[in-house]
Amino acid sequence: MSTDTAGSTDTPDVETLRTRVAELEETVAALETDPDGPKRMTIVATKGSLDMAYPPLILASTAAAFDWDVVVFHTFWGLDILHEEKSKELKLSAVGNPSMSVPNAVAALPGMDAMATRMMRKKIDENGTATVEELIELSLDQGVELQACQMTIELMEYDEEDFYDGVTTGVGAATALNHMADADVQLLV
Amino acid sequence: MSSKFEVTETLDVKGQSCPMPVVKTKGAIDELAEGEVLEVLATDSGSVSDIAGWADGTDGVELLDQREEADLYKHYVRKTA
Repeated sequence: MSTDTAGSTDTPDVETLRTRVAELEETVAALETDPDGPKRMTIVATKGSLDMAYPPLILASTAAAFDWDVVVFHTFWGLDILHEEKSKELKLSAVGNPSMSVPNAVAALPGMDAMATRMMRKKIDENGTATVEELIELSLDQGVELQACQMTIELMEYDEEDFYDGVTTGVGAATALNHMADADVQLLV
Repeated sequence: MSSKFEVTETLDVKGQSCPMPVVKTKGAIDELAEGEVLEVLATDSGSVSDIAGWADGTDGVELLDQREEADLYKHYVRKTA
């Protein structure tokens, strides 16, 4: 930057600069979405297999520990995570999962999903990893809003009573989008 | 990190893994009064980074110390507000 404007006649006076700084500070404050308010996170959970139930619940409960405002919108197979009975029977499939050392042709045999699920549940237990049920209770206790997509409830012919106490029903895509629009973190799982 | 503090409460999360050490630490801190110190005993090696990250990103808590003894990770968190 050149310094040859110093002392020139068009140098703004201090008062003009002060006004300008005040204006800019206001603009910055407006750009920061409520800097004193909690961060917001919206997760859309669409998968209902045992392995895919964990990421949304772990992130949601941890974010709640940060005092974030958290919504998890459960749709399609993700709804099974909130279904009290089904959540305890979530399964794992070795088919199409290259991380599991079973060829697809073998993994497709009857009983293989049950075996993969048993092995995973054993590992979860041995590792001291929480169960899906524990993570749901934990999330709800901490004020995480677990939403069950109304359209999916009807599609799957579930009842509102099938879900854990504290689960929010009667919500749709617009509710999820509304929270997402103001969220700092949005995830589709 | 300060070295002189008195532990008010101890939370035992030995044998538990992510996200439990952080989530239970948060729950235990909520029960304390301002200025009190929570000791967290964990065996999850991820708890070192996680509790430090949680304390850094959360208002009203201060990480005082983290110690590693054998396979035990000890965390000290003060409630500041």
